[in-house]
Amino acid sequence: MSEIMNEAHRVTTICNACRYCEGFCAVFPAMELRRTFTDEELKYFSNLCHNCRGCYYCCQYAPPHEFQLNYPKAMAELRKETYSEFAWPGFMGKIFKNNGMAVFGITLAAIIVLLAAAIGANGVQAFFTAYTGPESFYNIIPYSVMLVVFTLIFLFSLFCLGKGMAAMWKITGSKPEVFFSLKNHIQAVKDVLVLRYLDGNGEGCNYPDDRFSFIRRKFHHATFYGFAGCFVATLIAFFYDHVMGWPAPYDFASLPVFFGTVGGIALCIGTGGLAYLKFVMDPEPYDASTTSMDNAFTSLLFLVSLSGLLLLFMRSTSLMGLMLCIHLGLVLGLFLTMPCSKFVHMVYRYAALVRNAQEQRDGKA
Amino acid sequence: MSKQSTAYSPQKVDVLVVGGGNAALCAAITARQEGASVLVLESSPKHFRGGNSRHTRNIRYIHPAANSFLTGPYTEEECYQDLLGVTKGNTVESMARIVIRGSNNVGDWMMEQGVHFQPAMRGTLHLSRTNGFFLGGGKALINAYYARAEKLGVKIEYDATVDDLEIENDEFRAAYFQQGDKYYRVEAKAVVLASGGYQANLEWLKRSWGPTAANFLIRGTPYDKGLMLKVMMDHGAKTLGDPTQGHCVAIDGRAPKFDGGICTRLDCVPFGIAVNKECKRFYNEGEEIWPKRYAIWGRLVAGQPDQIAYIIIDSKSIDLFMPSVFPPFVSDTIEGLASQFDIDPDALKATVEEFNAHCKPTKDFDSGKPDGNATEGLEPPKTNWARPINQPPYYGYMLRPGITFSYLSLALTERCFVKKQDDTPFKNILAAGELTSGNVLGQGYMAGFGMTIGTVFGRIAGKEAACLK
Repeated sequence: MSEIMNEAHRVTTICNACRYCEGFCAVFPAMELRRTFTDEELKYFSNLCHNCRGCYYCCQYAPPHEFQLNYPKAMAELRKETYSEFAWPGFMGKIFKNNGMAVFGITLAAIIVLLAAAIGANGVQAFFTAYTGPESFYNIIPYSVMLVVFTLIFLFSLFCLGKGMAAMWKITGSKPEVFFSLKNHIQAVKDVLVLRYLDGNGEGCNYPDDRFSFIRRKFHHATFYGFAGCFVATLIAFFYDHVMGWPAPYDFASLPVFFGTVGGIALCIGTGGLAYLKFVMDPEPYDASTTSMDNAFTSLLFLVSLSGLLLLFMRSTSLMGLMLCIHLGLVLGLFLTMPCSKFVHMVYRYAALVRNAQEQRDGKA
Repeated sequence: MSKQSTAYSPQKVDVLVVGGGNAALCAAITARQEGASVLVLESSPKHFRGGNSRHTRNIRYIHPAANSFLTGPYTEEECYQDLLGVTKGNTVESMARIVIRGSNNVGDWMMEQGVHFQPAMRGTLHLSRTNGFFLGGGKALINAYYARAEKLGVKIEYDATVDDLEIENDEFRAAYFQQGDKYYRVEAKAVVLASGGYQANLEWLKRSWGPTAANFLIRGTPYDKGLMLKVMMDHGAKTLGDPTQGHCVAIDGRAPKFDGGICTRLDCVPFGIAVNKECKRFYNEGEEIWPKRYAIWGRLVAGQPDQIAYIIIDSKSIDLFMPSVFPPFVSDTIEGLASQFDIDPDALKATVEEFNAHCKPTKDFDSGKPDGNATEGLEPPKTNWARPINQPPYYGYMLRPGITFSYLSLALTERCFVKKQDDTPFKNILAAGELTSGNVLGQGYMAGFGMTIGTVFGRIAGKEAACLK
């Protein structure tokens, strides 16, 4: 057993004998349904943990107590290991080792390839020309490339995430029928939409220090709903362009631009805020080895939305081509790294919430 | 003064609070809200601030109606009867009533100071009507109180151990405290002593209990050395309570010497037998449901040879109690378990067999309430949950007495002024918390009442002290 797994067992045993934290989040009630813990169950707990840190600041056994109990850190360390273990295809798991560099490298490569291809195909002159009107983006990157490359990569990454979730379900010993219960999904979706477990029983969570606050939940909501807004904008645009035959770019007053702008601004605020919190927070209840993974993910989302907003304002200028390639390169980087970046936390946490919904309803593990 | 002291800056405050737990902070916050300048001297480092309050979880208080975390009303009379029950009448009614009345809806005041409550959950439901549970437990409460005190402008010093008081003509003048390599003198118009009992002072424990105290474990803070109790006794303060009385429970023998807190408790006693190192049973393990009896087992184990006892259960019972922080000892035979404990295997087997032979289960076993399954003709009897220990693997734990806090206390007036031997009060010396628990608890304990005493006396002392500014 790894040292990290040993530590997860050690701290969980102490917590389950104490149980003072049962009011904070889903992990402790889940723990209380059990007397002993398998490795598989701890992997499930680690993904159920939302890292709200309530349990650390109220812990009578937290360092420097001789029990050295740091539950959020133990869970974060184990969670990172599970990201590698659940990843599909297997080589993606290795990318979690040095995640910041990998995500940065893949994204940079995507930008360079797009830039090189666009400049190569159009020539410098045409690349730095101001275009207006429908289909102006396609002067830089052809319609077919956008449609085929982006859709294929996105679908492949989704497939990888699905396989990862299936692996998680199997590895954590969750029952298949639990996943196929609609009730569980309704509960889990509710938990996600309101971020129930960053609410600390109505008091918030402990960021940036020991005091309760809602700041992390607000930034996370901005990120989540901002991302959702951008995703909706993309879906509508996809529908307009490829189904209705109304090519981009769209008016400032159009639905895709509205959702994209509002979503993009929210995403910038949310990811910027989360990165800021990470920077100023008390580092004790945290696994510092995840810093590069965390920062890579928030930075990438931030840059995707910032570049999207800049593109919106520069789309009639001669810098449109450059901005478009940068923005699409970043989006491509995001799509490519979905299965091997912190993006995966959405999938695994959601799956853990689905299982938790069933367990809490049944009152047994 | 034998030691050379330097004047603290500021040289003088209105109210000095000695201690940094629940009672101390209730006093400090209240005094500050009354307009006094307040200095809190906490002897522990910041990480371990809060004394035993750090290990608490709930407070018992009276309230006229249910709310979002209490399931029903709890009246003064019911609370007083509960107190009489656990103390066997060994309380002072006037003081007990002050605490109980003062606790009326005190949860509201606590929430105003930033404390958060949660409904009682699994394992604590029997207290869901009478006791308010702190979200996250006592350390979260303490964090909230410190944040509140700081915001109000209370000055707080950590690692600051008061070891002497300057008292002239029954009037407190100044306190002396060690902080790092500095020794300070600070004056105040009034002082509130809320620095806990003496249970972490092993020498003193030995003086009270005899050499057996060496085998006691201290469940809570290692900083409760009884310094203020001693200083005040030297200055002629009146004390209350038997020095050997206190909150004392049986805990896992592998617990740390200090500060093991809640997780070292063992709830399996009612489901097995308890034997001493001579493999003899010594008390009715099934007298009552465990929450009503756990606080007597510390004294029971303390009375056994070498202050150790062993619980033996079988596989039928292993899942009936809260999980333990240390794994149980396991063996397929009783003798195997005995040899792990280094006690006589044959004697343990004989005791188990004798017990088994006297188990006459007549009703369905029910772990949730006294089920009436009693031994017949066995001494001591086991009056509930008596069923043969015969299904391997067998499990065992060793028990040690774990002291939570001592009851030996400074006698208080009804306004929380410390009394002298002649029952007249010191002019400006007040006290609260565990250091005063003996005013109410002569013996026995009821869950969450230590926090009630600390909160109510703390608030009274804080208010009275502020009046002297």
